[in-house]
Amino acid sequence: MIKKLKLSDKNVDFLKKIEELSGEVITRCDQCGICSASCPMVSEMDITPSQLMRMVQLGESEVMESKAMWLCASCFTCTVRCPRGLDLSKVAEALRQVELRQAIDHIDVKKLSKDEMKRLPQIALISGMRKFTG
Amino acid sequence: MKVSYYPGCTLKTKARNFETSALAVAEKLGIELIELSRWNCCGTVFSLTDDDLIHHVAPIRNLIRVQEMNKNGLVENDHRLVTLCSMCYNTLKRANIRVKEKPDDLKKINDFMYLEEDYKGNVEVIHFLELIKDIGFEKIKENVTNPFKGLKIAPYYGCMLLRPKEVGIDDPEEPVIQEELIFALGAEVIDNPYKKVCCGSYQTIRDKQVVSNLAYDILTHAQNAGAEAISLSCPLCAFNLDSRQKEIKEKHSDFTRIPVFYFTQLMAIGFGLNEDYYGFDLNYVNPEPLLKEKNLIGRNNAK
Amino acid sequence: MPNKEETSSDKKLDSKEIMDRIAEASRQVVSGVEDEEVENWVTIYIMGRAYEVPADLTILTAMEYAGYKFVRGVGCRQGFCGACSTVYRKKGEYKLQTGMACQTRVEDEMYLVQIPFVPAEKPSYDLTEHEYDVNVLFEYYPELARCVSCNTCTKACPQDLEVMDYVQAAIKGDFKGLAEESFDCIQCGLCAIRCPSEIVQYNIAQLGRRLYGRYDSPEPEHLKKRLEEIEEGKFDKEMKEITKLSREELERMYAERKREED
Ligand code: FES
Repeated sequence: MIKKLKLSDKNVDFLKKIEELSGEVITRCDQCGICSASCPMVSEMDITPSQLMRMVQLGESEVMESKAMWLCASCFTCTVRCPRGLDLSKVAEALRQVELRQAIDHIDVKKLSKDEMKRLPQIALISGMRKFTG
Repeated sequence: MKVSYYPGCTLKTKARNFETSALAVAEKLGIELIELSRWNCCGTVFSLTDDDLIHHVAPIRNLIRVQEMNKNGLVENDHRLVTLCSMCYNTLKRANIRVKEKPDDLKKINDFMYLEEDYKGNVEVIHFLELIKDIGFEKIKENVTNPFKGLKIAPYYGCMLLRPKEVGIDDPEEPVIQEELIFALGAEVIDNPYKKVCCGSYQTIRDKQVVSNLAYDILTHAQNAGAEAISLSCPLCAFNLDSRQKEIKEKHSDFTRIPVFYFTQLMAIGFGLNEDYYGFDLNYVNPEPLLKEKNLIGRNNAK
Repeated sequence: MPNKEETSSDKKLDSKEIMDRIAEASRQVVSGVEDEEVENWVTIYIMGRAYEVPADLTILTAMEYAGYKFVRGVGCRQGFCGACSTVYRKKGEYKLQTGMACQTRVEDEMYLVQIPFVPAEKPSYDLTEHEYDVNVLFEYYPELARCVSCNTCTKACPQDLEVMDYVQAAIKGDFKGLAEESFDCIQCGLCAIRCPSEIVQYNIAQLGRRLYGRYDSPEPEHLKKRLEEIEEGKFDKEMKEITKLSREELERMYAERKREED
């Protein structure tokens, strides 16, 4: 029996937006879970990468409240393993950008301790600020 | 052989030992790495959103410099750009691929940088390890005067050398390039299943505990497999795997520190180059006791 | 002739009248010539309002000619203090240009606005508490890490400095490059106001120059020697004699002093 899902306009808009930003055809994901099994950060996440993909497929903007997208380290392990050729790192980036582009920073480097600021190499600050500030 | 060389910011400061050792090793191999006469930070991470071009301006600007190097005769008709840092490698290479695949993007970026000459898309970004592979590991072997007899080294790749596939310098699941190098230096290669697992990268400024947990797994797996040292190619991996051993030790008192080397430091030792090129003062875990124990330093400080 | 309204409004007659009167009063003072003697006129738009002004004025004097009075946002009038930043666009052009009002000549169909002040983070620090290290720059100005190398700062700089290059030098911890390339900065703030990464280039450069000065630039030998001589009292006797001299004697001494040729 085939059950047809009908998304509300609002949900379609959200899905479209993420597809546009990421350049990925998110509806192609068939939830095999290889991304979740491969993700080095999955144990720290509240939802797994495949759950994240599912929520975006359904246009559920509640996904924006999840920690998962912020924990993605863009390691591209899921990218090289996805049997559907999807790039989840781009989806996570798109989600982060939805927030960052409204000038909402995800981190405040000024709150790092003096000791951290002394130790951190430029490469850490530059990459971190690119990923977490808008 | 003269090749254009892109150091990246951190190689001028906290990872100076990476650059110093690499330049010395390259010279020994007859490669002259000519630093771009003008360069800017590549941004360290490749921007992943489809509509974003501004973050590709930085890498492309550096590729224009390679054209200039050729024009000014600093290199002779050689459009390769050699990088040492894995993140710079990945960012520069992916930006290069993007503008080659999307001429419209290239045009927009060129128009935006109207004060620069146009980027023509003819630069090839390579990693120093690829250059070494081209020269051949036989040649490496020939240069070894101080073989690492019996030292057990686990190579660590992390992400940026291997993924995604189109930029990987080796098979993304079964890389061997560092293994071959370490073997050529006379050391014992330790296989670590965690060699391709991410160190947590930029998460280090967001949540250092998450990163030290990952680093702990990576390092202890290597140790359990018998490794006495780690070899890698990225200043951010180095920070997370070496410097974050401070945090690991605070959490796991039974953890034993393990030295982390840039692969070029290992080469400098193996080639018996002057100890000034090693730059161990910048390593968090001091590798000298281990190297002394193995009789690899403190013997001959010549050449 | 002046004060041609771009969009006519009759409700503000009062203030217009006042403005006209101020403009009238400042006219000769500013341009030094009678209107009748002016051969070339140009139309400029100050905050959207059209004024006809003599073509050979600077933006600053043209604005004064038009009736504006500067209480702040002006200083040396010589292009050194950096107080009189201007942003303008010429009709039909997409380029947003910048300049110092006291140094830039008005051009026909110039739409302009003054930027008398740029809000910019300027933390205080004690140089003696810091190491000579790139991380000091990031500690006070972490936004430095956000540079995208777009070069907008360089394009905005009225001093023609390679601003992006000195920002990049800062990121690389190249204090010498930072200090030398930023040396002629007059802190007008135009780079910072244009920066998409919200970097305050000139304050970072100042911190960099201070650190470079303290830790790296060679101590001038002649200065050291002279300070020693002063301490040892080498000039005490001469000084005492000079302070006893009359005004006339001092003036004569000054006129006859030994000096290098001009
Ligand atoms: S008034 Fe000082 S620079 Fe113009």
